[in-house]
Amino acid sequence: MTATTEINNIISEENLVYKKTDVLLDNEMHYCPGCTHGVIHKVIAEVIEEMDIQDKTIGVSPVGCSVLAYNYLDIDWQQAAHGRAPALATATSRLMPDKYVFTYQGDGDLASIGCAEIMHACNRGENIVVVFVNNAIYGMTGGQMAPTTLEGQVTATSPYGRDCATTGFPMKMSEIVSLLPGTRFVTRQSAETAGAVRKLKKAIRKGFENTREKKGLSFIEIVGTCSSGWKLSPTQSNEWMKENMFPYYPLGTLKDE
Amino acid sequence: MAKFKGAIVVDTEKCKGCGLCVVSCPTAVIELARGVNGKGYHYAHMANPDACIGCSSCGLVCPDTVITVYRAKAS
Repeated sequence: MTATTEINNIISEENLVYKKTDVLLDNEMHYCPGCTHGVIHKVIAEVIEEMDIQDKTIGVSPVGCSVLAYNYLDIDWQQAAHGRAPALATATSRLMPDKYVFTYQGDGDLASIGCAEIMHACNRGENIVVVFVNNAIYGMTGGQMAPTTLEGQVTATSPYGRDCATTGFPMKMSEIVSLLPGTRFVTRQSAETAGAVRKLKKAIRKGFENTREKKGLSFIEIVGTCSSGWKLSPTQSNEWMKENMFPYYPLGTLKDE
Repeated sequence: MAKFKGAIVVDTEKCKGCGLCVVSCPTAVIELARGVNGKGYHYAHMANPDACIGCSSCGLVCPDTVITVYRAKAS
């Protein structure tokens, strides 16, 4: 048997082990090559498919690269003003308590302009899931410094590296919200390897299960990359993230009640 | 000899050639092609198909979900 016919024999429906979930639409994503947003969209879609909650899930997309998330996941979406996704999700989950409401926010959206909204949503313990993608930069607008930018990191607006004496220190949002009594589940994950993606999937599933059991707010931070903003290739970005981001933003679950 | 034989199918027109599947593959099956797709990206393909074990690591890390993975028991 030649190699080609052997491969053709393997490629059949009964041998299928991994394919794109139907919750993800066929639209081509506008994200740059290697962007972590794509992986996170996929993981959320897979969890929604596994839990069979496609018609009961409402996402709230932010302002940032993921503003167009409604083009990629086949669920109901709302689009919030910059940073206001937790406020919109609060209203949605209170008006429709049987729905699974989640916000999808970047670090510029959640940690900067939307800091008040997320603090108070966490403090009130709204029954929502917050997916927070932290790539230490404002990606969409051209790689400016964000509140989560690391000390000394070069960005478009900190060309000599972030100077903490004048711009403050990188904000550890997960640690901050874990101190608030309203949060039930606070975790920090990543998505650079197959193992990390599986762990992330478990965390997001736990978040949606908390919503089903009306337990309160689940805060899932994902340390991601922005290869265009960091001016590195996707594989180099992952290495840079492991070397520089993980020591400051350690992975793991901070709170699980 | 591996217990399982695998194969992947890449949607080459949607692939953006980021190369994350190449580094995630434990058996070095995937490489970026010399040729380019309609968008000008060097798409991923199976350069060493005999080594594939169908672990689906590439599918999991692919940001654009263009990889479908198959696995069969080795004959």
